[in-house]
Amino acid sequence: MEHTSRHYETELQELKETILFIGGTVEEMIASAMKALVERDSDLGRKVIESDRAVDAAEIEADHLCLSLLALRQPAASDLRFIATALKMVTDLERIGDLAVNIAKRALELNQEPPLKPYIDVPRMSSAVSAMVHKALDAFVGRNADQARTVLGADDEVDKLNVQLFRELLTYMIEEPKNVSRAMRITFIAKYLERIGDHATNIAQMVIFMCEGRDVRHPRLKRDGDP
Amino acid sequence: MTRAVLAAPRPRIRAAVDPADPGPGTRAAKITFRGMGFSYPGRRALSGVTLDIPDKRVTAIIGPSGCGKSTLIKSINRIAEIGTEVKVEGEVRLDDQDLYGPGVDLVDLRRRVGMLFQKPNPFPKSIYENVAFGPRIHGTGGGAELEAIVERSLRQAALWDEVSERMRTPAMELSGGQQQRLCLARVLAVDPDVILMDEPCSALDPISTARIEELIEELRERYTVVIVTHNMQQAARVSDRTVFLLNGSLVEVGETETIFTNPTDRRTEDYITGRFG
Repeated sequence: MEHTSRHYETELQELKETILFIGGTVEEMIASAMKALVERDSDLGRKVIESDRAVDAAEIEADHLCLSLLALRQPAASDLRFIATALKMVTDLERIGDLAVNIAKRALELNQEPPLKPYIDVPRMSSAVSAMVHKALDAFVGRNADQARTVLGADDEVDKLNVQLFRELLTYMIEEPKNVSRAMRITFIAKYLERIGDHATNIAQMVIFMCEGRDVRHPRLKRDGDP
Repeated sequence: MTRAVLAAPRPRIRAAVDPADPGPGTRAAKITFRGMGFSYPGRRALSGVTLDIPDKRVTAIIGPSGCGKSTLIKSINRIAEIGTEVKVEGEVRLDDQDLYGPGVDLVDLRRRVGMLFQKPNPFPKSIYENVAFGPRIHGTGGGAELEAIVERSLRQAALWDEVSERMRTPAMELSGGQQQRLCLARVLAVDPDVILMDEPCSALDPISTARIEELIEELRERYTVVIVTHNMQQAARVSDRTVFLLNGSLVEVGETETIFTNPTDRRTEDYITGRFG
């Protein structure tokens, strides 16, 4: 059901669209940064770095919308949870954008030297975390807690790939000190991807809170109202 | 940070609540409604209301116009029936007394259950007489005892400092906010158990409203307060429990924090988020 106040409804819609704009942009940034690395396309890498400004501007706009909704509309219940979720989500999304920028920067550096090895695990990690971000955003749009739950376990695979890749790169570094700078940069990229997975997990947890009003973070902590 | 700090319980929003208190939901009920129905001639105001109002807590009643909020609280001090025929079904109890049973002393009931109205309604008498009137008709002698009651009640209503020098001034010369606090002092002077408030701030400016809300916060330590309000933010600010009524039926009742962050019923959700009403 729609709000009696159409303005309120419009403002909530505007907030949702701003979040989706940020989400869509950072998803694209991850994909482009990866392409810049794998296809050695430095122009694309530079575009990723530039698009961060749009994300930063939208982050400020989203925060502003949240604050004015809180101050002027005194939201309650699901609206309140939606706005609180948006306010926190936007920080995670912006950080994902920053990490995509970091990947692009390392790609630019790596592209100046001959390839160390064919990229196999890094793109696999990248598509896994992109899928997490995408699902978390879809769950947000569709207010679908079950879909958000599918994101929660998904970073186990990302972590595994990260460990595996690190071991492999370590052998490159031990074999030949000249490999160290490139291997280190690839290790960083893997770490950035792993961090993106963590942010996607945060978003999914917030979406579950938004849908159900239950905090699923830190399950070991006992909370008020728990039996 | 030590492990103990990390494991500490989350702070509650309302810090004034005693942490050992099991919460309003588990307190003894002061007022109980069981299958209560209430009809005026040709109009049914309430049906099948079953509700416990906990002792020494603030309970807010919210709902759209005509949902039966006022009738519900006015059934507690039995003023809903004044000047009209009414039909009451089920039970309303205050402590253990059946309020619609035989032999209810209405004068005593209305002393135990005081009420504040939408518009302050002081008597056209002096400030002093407004507060002294109740204790006097309930049998308190004059002199020092009465003066002590008047002072204590005015202090409790946070009005003493503003009026102590002009007790003989007509009450009508006070501002609206002061008049409402005077009416509260008048209620407190007869030592009630329950205080009902029917939109007590709707005619007041924001500062006067904040003062009344501040008083409600203090009153909950000694009295059971039931407040009807159209202002949902006010219900959220002042109450421990919130009751949502719709078309004369109780839809949902729960702790205020829960009702305003995660209500169970779709209709409650739609109402408090402004989707109807």
